[in-house]
Amino acid sequence: MQEMTGLIAIFFAAIFTNNILLTNYLGMCSFLGVSKEVKTSLGLGTAVVFVMTATSVLNWLVYYHILTPLNLQNFRFIVFIIVIAAFVQVVEMIIERVSEPLYNALGIFLPLITVNCAILGVSLFMLIREYTFAESFFYGIGSGIGWMLAILAMAGIRQNMKRSKIPKGLEGAGITLIIAGIMALAFMGFSGVLNIQ
Amino acid sequence: MAAGKTKKQFLLSAGRDNPVFAQILGICSTLAVTNVVQNTVVMCLGVIFTLACSNVTVSLLRKWIPGSIRMMVETLIIAAYVIIVDVVIQATLPGVSRQLGPYVGLIITNCIIMCRAEAYALNNPPFPSLIDGIASGIGYSYVLLIIAVFREITGSATFWGYSIPWFSDWWTNWSIMVMAPGAFFALAILIWIIKTYVVPEDPGGK
Repeated sequence: MQEMTGLIAIFFAAIFTNNILLTNYLGMCSFLGVSKEVKTSLGLGTAVVFVMTATSVLNWLVYYHILTPLNLQNFRFIVFIIVIAAFVQVVEMIIERVSEPLYNALGIFLPLITVNCAILGVSLFMLIREYTFAESFFYGIGSGIGWMLAILAMAGIRQNMKRSKIPKGLEGAGITLIIAGIMALAFMGFSGVLNIQ
Repeated sequence: MAAGKTKKQFLLSAGRDNPVFAQILGICSTLAVTNVVQNTVVMCLGVIFTLACSNVTVSLLRKWIPGSIRMMVETLIIAAYVIIVDVVIQATLPGVSRQLGPYVGLIITNCIIMCRAEAYALNNPPFPSLIDGIASGIGYSYVLLIIAVFREITGSATFWGYSIPWFSDWWTNWSIMVMAPGAFFALAILIWIIKTYVVPEDPGGK
């Protein structure tokens, strides 16, 4: 029972108080690039949730059952990135089959999931915090959902912002960063509720 | 002639085409490590080293890398250098290594490095690629340093971990600056200033 509460705490902490995007700044590139429309954001968000959950679990298995016995922990970066790249390849093929318009819309951003810092970041945080297998799974899925939540909120705000007047120098990235800052402030409000390191 | 071209290339990579302002790339780590100046300097050196070495390696191998798997090859080259950086930092500066946590490993996914390999090193000989790598690295670093100095001074009233005489006595720490939102605001304001006063909007940009 105690264990279960721990897992739920990690899950919600990863979504709200330790949001991978707004407190650890990971996955900013695709966050700024794709967050113009809700529909595309939803597509990328879903892909990220899927890839993040799967890779955190896979990387946990690889690290503790292959790299540690062989004493090759220093090679974790290379191995993790290969696992992630292979997985992104699979997701890309699935999206191409399932939804042609989505595939066209995401275009260049799908390969970018490989270099999406959030995916690798989740695997590295999981090692540093020494999570167990179950904890890694919940941390991965929570972080993915947290990232999707942030990008969806941002896309919604940006869609409505097309009608507003923005100072010239702030157009594009500038205003997006300021909104992200305000969102980070809002998410900090959750930090009293629960916390992981 | 050649020297002039090299110099021009250098200035272009570090200045107008600065990856952080012009392309908004690689800002994950820009934001994460800039709350303390010391960590930022270590991180910057790591990025410059990785960028220069991976650019040269990709450029040397450019004729043999098959087009279809070039991203994968580039990533592996970058990862190899990041492992070197990580091991060196762990051995020499264990304290900084603990504070940087996963962000050293995340140099691999820093889009700037991939971007330079893909856009420049794949089509150019090793020496210009080296120059391009160092210049992009420096361009990235000075932006990080500006933000780091600003955040550390306003957020904790210190510089390089030491308190500043006279100033630290009366300054009230803006604790928001060392936390997440401060980084977003600091970068946004810097981009605003740069775009308005330093780099006039180019008409071709989106």
